[in-house]
Amino acid sequence: MAQTIANGKKVNKIKNPAEDRVLYAVVGVILTLFILCILYPVIFIISASFSEGTEVQLGHVYLLPVKPTLDGYKAVFSHKNVLTGFRNTFFYTFAGTAINVVITLLCAYPLSRRDLPFRGFFTFLFVFTMFFSGGLIPSYLLVSKLKMINTVWALLLPGAMSVYNMIIARSFFVNTVPLELLEAAEIDGCSDARYFFNILLPLSQAVIAVISLYYAVAHWNAYFSALIYLRDPNLQPLQLILRNILLATRVSLSEFEDPDLMEGKIGLEFLLKYALIVVSCGPIIALYPFVQKFFMKGVMLGSVKG
Amino acid sequence: MTAATAKKKGKTWINVRRRWQLYLFLLVPVVWVLIFAYYPMLGVQIAFKNYMPRQGIWGSKWAGFVHFRTFFTSYYFSRTVGNTIRLSLYHLAVNFPLSIIFALMINIIENPWLKKRVQTIVYVPHFISTVVLVGMLTQIMNPVSGLYGTIYRVFNPGAYPTDILSKATPFIHFYVWTGIWQNLGWNTIIYMAALTGVDPELHEAAQIDGATRLKRMIHIDLPTILPTASIVLILNSGSIMNVGFEKAYLMQNNINVVYSEVISTYVYKVGLTGATNQFSYAAAVGLFNNVINGILLLIVNGVSGKLSEGANSLF
Repeated sequence: MAQTIANGKKVNKIKNPAEDRVLYAVVGVILTLFILCILYPVIFIISASFSEGTEVQLGHVYLLPVKPTLDGYKAVFSHKNVLTGFRNTFFYTFAGTAINVVITLLCAYPLSRRDLPFRGFFTFLFVFTMFFSGGLIPSYLLVSKLKMINTVWALLLPGAMSVYNMIIARSFFVNTVPLELLEAAEIDGCSDARYFFNILLPLSQAVIAVISLYYAVAHWNAYFSALIYLRDPNLQPLQLILRNILLATRVSLSEFEDPDLMEGKIGLEFLLKYALIVVSCGPIIALYPFVQKFFMKGVMLGSVKG
Repeated sequence: MTAATAKKKGKTWINVRRRWQLYLFLLVPVVWVLIFAYYPMLGVQIAFKNYMPRQGIWGSKWAGFVHFRTFFTSYYFSRTVGNTIRLSLYHLAVNFPLSIIFALMINIIENPWLKKRVQTIVYVPHFISTVVLVGMLTQIMNPVSGLYGTIYRVFNPGAYPTDILSKATPFIHFYVWTGIWQNLGWNTIIYMAALTGVDPELHEAAQIDGATRLKRMIHIDLPTILPTASIVLILNSGSIMNVGFEKAYLMQNNINVVYSEVISTYVYKVGLTGATNQFSYAAAVGLFNNVINGILLLIVNGVSGKLSEGANSLF
């Protein structure tokens, strides 16, 4: 407030008392320490991934790469399963998010309409599933009965909608789109479907962005469904392959497309793991600063009742 | 039926016909929820049966509460329920106060540019997947090549620490504090939103009266976020019996299993791995957990709805 300009003159600034400066110093130190706690492991992993295998194995990396090489990344991209995993994850993320968003909007729009008969009943039908579910075993038996085990559908259909995201979209429709628009459209003879496609959707880009990002991150990071439904390594997403490599104690040369290239490299398994961590987080972290505001918007929308 | 209700009923059906397009929209989601959410709910009967793959869920013979009794009397009951509650309570006790303090601290930063940068950095770990988080942990805690071993040798030259991840008791601390590392920043968003609603004039007035920033934090900022905080606390306590599968399972090994076996990992192990698939028994354990979770959520939702007069209730 003190910096506001009034009538072209600087308003006198209220001086910070000494106690305040102590507080600012303490908070500054604590926040700096926390940020270092977040950044240091990340920097360490990036540095280790670019270092030489022997140095990593002996624990010589502190902050910056030691004897920089790209061996780790060569290992990642010549590993048989990693590229397949990437391809599969891209597919699951794009196809899954597309299905998610379409079904979520199809559901949220009618439930946002106050003039929908039996609106309460349908809302309850969906919200109830947030409180109670059949559980792992009945769901597994259903997927297996539908013959979807070891098919891509096992990762796309059972989680085709998150009721939580549907409520976010519904709240947005109810709270942000003025009711007068609907009334005006109806007087002009606009049908319910046309109102959705021509008026509501163009006004709802923000919420569509929010829920798409939520779904996309969830797909990118998911491994549980793949763990229970997919045995075929050609269908497995990156996270599952990551898990198998990251938690394995040693890496066999036969896992690489060109075993000779990797022959005799000491500490290769460490490099491979560090580089894999970097590569698998890369797309999300690179995208994150640009879409940050949408994620935060989602948290706000989620806390508003519709 | 009186004439008035009949008339009203007729009107409803006219409205239904008029809104047929909306029902067309709902068709796909309703079919989906019936198949993938409600059909498995019918499938919970497997918990009361002796499941035979040949006869299917519906054809298998009823067994009553046998599987529940087996679970309640086995030593896995106290172990899994105990671990689940211990992990939840520990996490809640650390996470809840810390995220409030952290939000208040970020809010003190006056330079908007710096504040935004700090927020950006502290939110990032939220987007790291569980697999990668656990992978990072095992790499960093490696006694020889990891950061842990490296720092240990700075203080004890030439010596190597023991493998801390292969001990049983540290598991619970690693579980909770990696969670704090990952989500402390993210959890402040909801409080930061409440704090932006503080009227700056309130701060100015207090400042003129000589209130220090610390005093203003305690008497202006903190009361502003208390309603939000109470809702967050209530909602979190609704998931005390609900510890997710992913992280506990990834961090589990033969030694720490005494502390890391939670209900969800136990259900997965008995139900879907191993030679004998004990579907019915696993389903019974899962059902027990789901019912308790559901009841807790309903209570919590009711309480938070009452406190905030409906503004924060899901219904």
